[in-house]
Amino acid sequence: MSDAPLLEVVDLVKAYRLPRPRPFAPHPLRAALAGVSFSVFAGRSFGIVGESGSGKSTLARIALALDSPDSGLVRLEGRSLFDLSRGELRAMRAHMQLIFQDPYGSLDPRMRVEAIVAEPLAALGRASRAERRARVAESLEAVGLRASDAAKYPHEFSGGQRQRVAIARALITRPKLVVADEPVSALDVSVQAQALNLMSDLEREAGVTFLLISHDLAVVAHLCETTAGMFRGKIVEIGPTAALFAAPAHPYARELVDATPRLDRAPRSAPPTKPAPPPASAAGCPYAPRCAWAAPRCLKEAPALTEVAGQGRRAACWFPLV
Amino acid sequence: MSGFARGGFSLWLGATLAAALLMIAALSFVWTPYPPAAIDIPHKLAQPSLAHWFGTDSLGRDVASQLIAGARVSILVGVVAVGIGLVFGVALGLVAAFRKGVVEDSIMKACDFVFAFPALLSAIMLTSTFGPGVVNAIVAIGAANVPIIAKLTRATANSVLAREYALAARAAGRGPLAIAADHVLPNILPALIVQATIQFAIAILAEAALSYLGLGAQPPQPSWGRMLSDAQNVLYNAPRLAIYPGAAIALSVLGLNLLGDGLRDALDPRLRARS
Repeated sequence: MSDAPLLEVVDLVKAYRLPRPRPFAPHPLRAALAGVSFSVFAGRSFGIVGESGSGKSTLARIALALDSPDSGLVRLEGRSLFDLSRGELRAMRAHMQLIFQDPYGSLDPRMRVEAIVAEPLAALGRASRAERRARVAESLEAVGLRASDAAKYPHEFSGGQRQRVAIARALITRPKLVVADEPVSALDVSVQAQALNLMSDLEREAGVTFLLISHDLAVVAHLCETTAGMFRGKIVEIGPTAALFAAPAHPYARELVDATPRLDRAPRSAPPTKPAPPPASAAGCPYAPRCAWAAPRCLKEAPALTEVAGQGRRAACWFPLV
Repeated sequence: MSGFARGGFSLWLGATLAAALLMIAALSFVWTPYPPAAIDIPHKLAQPSLAHWFGTDSLGRDVASQLIAGARVSILVGVVAVGIGLVFGVALGLVAAFRKGVVEDSIMKACDFVFAFPALLSAIMLTSTFGPGVVNAIVAIGAANVPIIAKLTRATANSVLAREYALAARAAGRGPLAIAADHVLPNILPALIVQATIQFAIAILAEAALSYLGLGAQPPQPSWGRMLSDAQNVLYNAPRLAIYPGAAIALSVLGLNLLGDGLRDALDPRLRARS
């Protein structure tokens, strides 16, 4: 394990233009990412949790240079992705792959599994036909499918098997980083566990580091050493998963942990959550309107990520819970 | 096949009529009962008989031979005009879908501009400027097809590009050309086939109209539209001379439209999704 991060995300900002409210009015902007920074180290998978609309998927797309940020940097192995030429970026994509949430939408219904799984190889464009076939077979077997499945079409598989096909596609170039955006939330619970176990096996055996994005803290806890909680385009807490899970420092992380069903404790009643109203003032903490612990200071000043409770944990809260 | 079952009766009837049209056009290259342009004044305006199945026209030309040879022009115009529309329309539509922004806007605005002129009127304008004839008629009809196909291609390509598998292909490092060839085209092909069939029917109709006005096929080239215009002079003596080519045009257009509708039902991805 080297000390340099595998993936480094620095101060990403991205706002989307909403439709004009009336003709000739300026487009209103909606911030999807409001200054997100973190580092992922090789061999230590990183999890990002947050509710819908917190900017998780935007982050996934920008981390893979599929979308460009308004400002900020993404470095993979020290090389800034947005400074590469188109050709260099395409070559770089062999080191970073993507797994989607919906295994029905992410596989082209008109392609055979062989062509689907081999697509990242086709992009590199140097494998011979026999080599391609061998790599596809190897990749399919690594995810627990049969080499003979290569001749089938996606609709011949179940949801869990389709997600295995998607994982096989992501693995075929032997990437260092795989970004998985809600990889199991479309699967049945029993199949979810299989897929997660597969991913942690791959982390150990194939040397893949995952950037796992989910709304479900339990999924992230299964795989990731470090976890960040996101709310409204900002990281509110970041730290070792076990510590964060056991004693969340930020009230929003607490809300996420409490929303995760567990056998070893009775369900805690979460603070009543109203649909988040817009922040009281632009200057305040974005979570304050929903926070059960909010104090006057929270509405006036936004807290920055600061060290809490040692162990490299940081939270953006004036009154951390630990 | 299940596709045919879903298209049902209209697909069968449409396919039969379209196939008949094609076979008649192919037949005209090797055989017609008489040379279609051979004038035989002594036998002019003959009633249908064994020698002349559909009789003869005011110059004694065999109507059956002209009908068979006229199918050739209709097919030629349809194929080439739709071909022009597909080649330029698909290319423009794909460029618009992939490039977005100013490029997309200007291509679509240009299509709207062409749309603003009635297709037949601009075809009349083109043929009267550059001279009447089949070639100019084909170019004029083909040009009117381009914006229709371009708009359809852009709309359907955009819906494919919004799917996750298109994003996955980009994440895999594939370029726009590879994504267009491997993902977009195969998935928009059904919609293009249906539209091309319907444009084919419209092209046949447009060629007949232009030839009727004297701007399309020129004598002695046989054409259904020209037969209609010739028949006009003797309409009261021999109305059948207008009925035969009129029926040929109507049957061809009907057949192609039915085929298009049937194909739409058989190929509709919403009906076959996740089957």
